[in-house]
Amino acid sequence: MPMTRNCPITDLQVLTADVVSITMEAGDLAEQTKAGQFVNIKCGEGLLLRRPISVCDVNGTQLTVVFQVKGEGTQWLSQCQVGEELDVLGPLGHGYEIPDGKVLVVGGGIGVPPMLYTAKCCREADACVGFRSEKNAILLEELGAVCGKVIVTSDDGTIGARGFVDALVRKALAEDSYAAVFACGPKPMLKSVSLAAKEGNTPCFVSMEERMGCGLGACLVCACSVGGHYKHVCKDGPVFNAEEVDW
Amino acid sequence: MSKVDLSVNLAGMTMKNPVVVASGTFGFGREFGQFYDISELGGISVKGLTLNPREGNPPPRIAETPMGILNSVGLQNPGVEGFIEKELPELKKHDLRIIANISGNTPEEYGIMCERLSEAGVDMIEVNISCPNVKAGGLQYGVVPEMAAEVAREAKNHSSVPVMVKLSPNVTSVVDIAKAVVDAGADALSLINTVRGMRIDVNTRRPVLRMNTGGLSGPAVLPIAVRMVWEVAQAVDVPILGLGGISTGEDAAQIMLAGATAVAVGTACFVDPYAPIKVRDGLEEIAQRQGLSSVTQLTGAVQPW
Repeated sequence: MPMTRNCPITDLQVLTADVVSITMEAGDLAEQTKAGQFVNIKCGEGLLLRRPISVCDVNGTQLTVVFQVKGEGTQWLSQCQVGEELDVLGPLGHGYEIPDGKVLVVGGGIGVPPMLYTAKCCREADACVGFRSEKNAILLEELGAVCGKVIVTSDDGTIGARGFVDALVRKALAEDSYAAVFACGPKPMLKSVSLAAKEGNTPCFVSMEERMGCGLGACLVCACSVGGHYKHVCKDGPVFNAEEVDW
Repeated sequence: MSKVDLSVNLAGMTMKNPVVVASGTFGFGREFGQFYDISELGGISVKGLTLNPREGNPPPRIAETPMGILNSVGLQNPGVEGFIEKELPELKKHDLRIIANISGNTPEEYGIMCERLSEAGVDMIEVNISCPNVKAGGLQYGVVPEMAAEVAREAKNHSSVPVMVKLSPNVTSVVDIAKAVVDAGADALSLINTVRGMRIDVNTRRPVLRMNTGGLSGPAVLPIAVRMVWEVAQAVDVPILGLGGISTGEDAAQIMLAGATAVAVGTACFVDPYAPIKVRDGLEEIAQRQGLSSVTQLTGAVQPW
């Protein structure tokens, strides 16, 4: 059940030039958060809408979000201080259903953070992650602590093999067997990963993104075509069966 | 301090308090029922219904603007029959007034919907006239007094519950439209609908909304709503449900002082699910502070210069 909570910031880290990590004391909101869910955070008084951000990690009542500074809202958020309170609505959305077997978690760029908590919730997980360049790489150590293997790729070859994550996914699925592929990242990446998973006969679930309003399923703005109909990322998703998404 | 009577009467429909949630901002109440009992509200104007189910517009459907949002959802809804079958029985379990918001492509469609919804037992019908008239080449009903009146008359002739017409602010004279629909039989008026707007991404040079333009709502439109409610209230004798950018009790009090009998909270629900409750409590506090015995004493009590 979603709730609204005022959550004091307990830690704020700048991970790269434009990526920030905020950890907050979120009480029961954190305790109820499942893999793949998101929170909707109020970013100051001047901006009306909350900003939806995937949950990166949960440790007891501490909840961590990792986000890219893109616009005014995330800019405001990145300038908050430890001790300040955030107005948080969550946990929201339909996340990943955790299977019994081993899962291959796949993240691209700012789609990597939600894979950390997702991997942690799985019985066993390996990770394939892709970044533009070494300077954009995040959370590799943290993923290493919860995954069997962490395979990295980058667009320019400055970290890991040069290439895209779908190539890593193909290789991983050829070498090992997985109960499911869980992916988060830009839409073209999700499309190519879902194709790789299909070729490898492995169920694939993807976390979609769309401009959001309420985050609850009432305003109907975050439409995403799934199975020939407009579903809503905030309530029906953000996680969808890749086979049903109208790419 | 003595308790303020919050109950109001909107065209024969009594409500325990004057706070309604606006169409398209509260779905059919299910999502917000996770936070509080929606029986706390005076009423709900449900997500805009059409005769047949609609998928709505392609995304992006929302853009944020200074103290407002633009939307172009495109009336995604399960259709009148889907509503009657799946949503209405759920809503009826709660103690609040149910207002069915409807949009049609022809006057006949409005008539059919009014008949079905009256039979199904909604408390009021809110007629959205900000939609294109297919027969008149897509021109909106809401911008021409005669066309608005035709829809109001059709709705009234096919309804056994009060009919409220929702007025668009995107017209040269809202008073002319108001008078026309009241003459045609409207029992109440609601205003304002969203204000047409546009936002452009300067980097891509594309409008943010996939449909290019959309409807502006939120605090940015409150002063427009206050002005229009004030003008319309002086020109007609039917009660008004005032809305447009209300997010606090003070905003609601302004709209009531301008002439509204009841208020609707819309976009504020996206920011804070508890917004309608806070508006109700804020309104009560203002009435109490001003020593009123009934919140109805605010209606039209503005003292213009």
